[in-house]
Amino acid sequence: MDQLVIADKTFNSRLFTGTGKFKSNELMENALVASGSELVTVALKRVDVDNPEDDVLAHLKHDQFNLLPNTSGARTAKEAVFAAQLAREALGTNWVKLEIHPDPKYLMPDPIETLQAAEEMVKQGFIVLPYIHADPVLCKRLEEVGCAAVMPLGAPIGSNKGLKTLDFLEIIIEQSNVPVVVDAGIGSPSHAAHAMELGADAVLVNTAIAVAGDPVAMGKAFGQAVEAGRAAHLAQIAQPRVTAEASSPLTGFLNQL
Amino acid sequence: MYQDLFYQQNWDEVKASIYAKTSHDVERALGKERRNLEDFKALISPAAAPYLEQMAQLSHQLTKKRFGNTIQMYTPMYLSNECQNICTYCGFSLDNKVRRRTLSDDEIIREAEAIRNMGFEHILLVTGEANRTVGVQYIKKAIQLVKPYFSHIAMEVQPMDLEEYEELIEAGLNTVLVYQETYHKDDYKKHHPKGKKSNFDYRVDTPDRLGKAGIHKIGLGVLIGLEDWRTDSFFTALHLDYLERTYWQTKYSISFPRLRPFSGGLEPKVEMTDRELVQLICAYRLFDEEVELSLSTREHPIFRDNIIKLGITSASAGSKTNPGGYVVEPESLEQFEISDERSAEEFAEMIKNQGYEVVWKDWDLALQ
Repeated sequence: MDQLVIADKTFNSRLFTGTGKFKSNELMENALVASGSELVTVALKRVDVDNPEDDVLAHLKHDQFNLLPNTSGARTAKEAVFAAQLAREALGTNWVKLEIHPDPKYLMPDPIETLQAAEEMVKQGFIVLPYIHADPVLCKRLEEVGCAAVMPLGAPIGSNKGLKTLDFLEIIIEQSNVPVVVDAGIGSPSHAAHAMELGADAVLVNTAIAVAGDPVAMGKAFGQAVEAGRAAHLAQIAQPRVTAEASSPLTGFLNQL
Repeated sequence: MYQDLFYQQNWDEVKASIYAKTSHDVERALGKERRNLEDFKALISPAAAPYLEQMAQLSHQLTKKRFGNTIQMYTPMYLSNECQNICTYCGFSLDNKVRRRTLSDDEIIREAEAIRNMGFEHILLVTGEANRTVGVQYIKKAIQLVKPYFSHIAMEVQPMDLEEYEELIEAGLNTVLVYQETYHKDDYKKHHPKGKKSNFDYRVDTPDRLGKAGIHKIGLGVLIGLEDWRTDSFFTALHLDYLERTYWQTKYSISFPRLRPFSGGLEPKVEMTDRELVQLICAYRLFDEEVELSLSTREHPIFRDNIIKLGITSASAGSKTNPGGYVVEPESLEQFEISDERSAEEFAEMIKNQGYEVVWKDWDLALQ
């Protein structure tokens, strides 16, 4: 697969993964290794940053993985910036997945606080990957303040519903000058492949792997689906043939000129 | 800047890839909901010629979807035929020994009144490229003079620096048309041997400066006839795509000027047939559903009447291409000969007869 570059890092895998909801940290580790994922997001709120032996982090100590701390739990820009600073101190990375969802029910991202936080974090030297609704204008605004990628949602977090925001994702992909990572809602490998066929630069999957009957096999399946979708995109997918609607010819006048 | 992207391309390779497109590539492009630059290449290629009616039907549908049954009207107002450049194809060229004329304040107002009385609310101010006589301060004054008469002011003058554009936007400028003439760098030099215009890079980055200045709309295009139109049009589409992604709050329009006869003129190196022009217009619409496509009075009446339904969204009419041509001095030198001599009223009537609304006003200075 062709490589993906975000900020100063190059990735061979375009599957990004999350670390929540696994039955055990061992299972998480095995599933993520099997997936081939090279970027793994971990919630700052879930790890003990003062403990170098933290169990989650211990299972992510592979050369394969780059850690992407996220600010899940933050409800305001101020809280998110503070969380990012803590994560940078504790984990030694300036990469951050910016998540601000004040709504505890659907965990919908707050666009106003996210834009404010992104601007501030970029100023403070963070590589910011914001999780947002599939809003094309917000994506352009985030790109302008210096985000290294945008992460629009495909459907509500954890819903496994697939690309419900398809029309907007297509616009975002068409317009973006930074990588587009489809995040949230992807429930099956076919959803991931579809996102990649559309031209997304990567996808982020968590629940669909973590809650699968066999998370290790599912991690591998997602890795393969992302590769297939990317390859299909690069190969230029065949389109259904269209037939012009029967109507009076519009170009007949050219024969009379 | 666009030139960074431009210099990653090779003219000959781009040209070869366009001419290598097959009917499969065209059919794939036609079947897609969103088309990319490779699809655009297929649609402008010789392989697309048999699909012209299909392209026209699609272009008609997409244009109706986005713009409805409307055609927006504008007309040019030539302020000056003074020019410090030598351009091999233009009647205003420095080496063309003709009487030069620049409108005074009073004459600008008289022309503005006459154009406004024809019904136009959108005006395009045009000059040659003569910084000393028609520099930024002259143009700024002209904008201020015509502002009370029009709701939308566009200009087609020499490329300027960022700060100059900012000053003119502040004064009321809404749109700038800046045609690259040709993206073939070597031939560009041959066609522009003298004057500031001979600086290819400065011209090619003009839309970037406009985007940075926050202009409302930018018009792009090449002069069809100077070079292989398919390759030139690909570089225009590449430019459009780059600008839309970068200056995403700006609107864009494309024009299709074909070389026209003028006093002391150059024979076109490349002939573009009417059929090919229809192909190009439809290809742009299929590539970009939102871009405005503009048609000038360079084209003849039968062509203009039929193109209304094929993707065009704005048209000029009743045009004079000489300074003071409307009332002040109708007999001064024209930049080029127009082909459609009908009045604005006659042209508007034709549009209405096709079931389209004639839009005279589509902007307001309060929005600036």
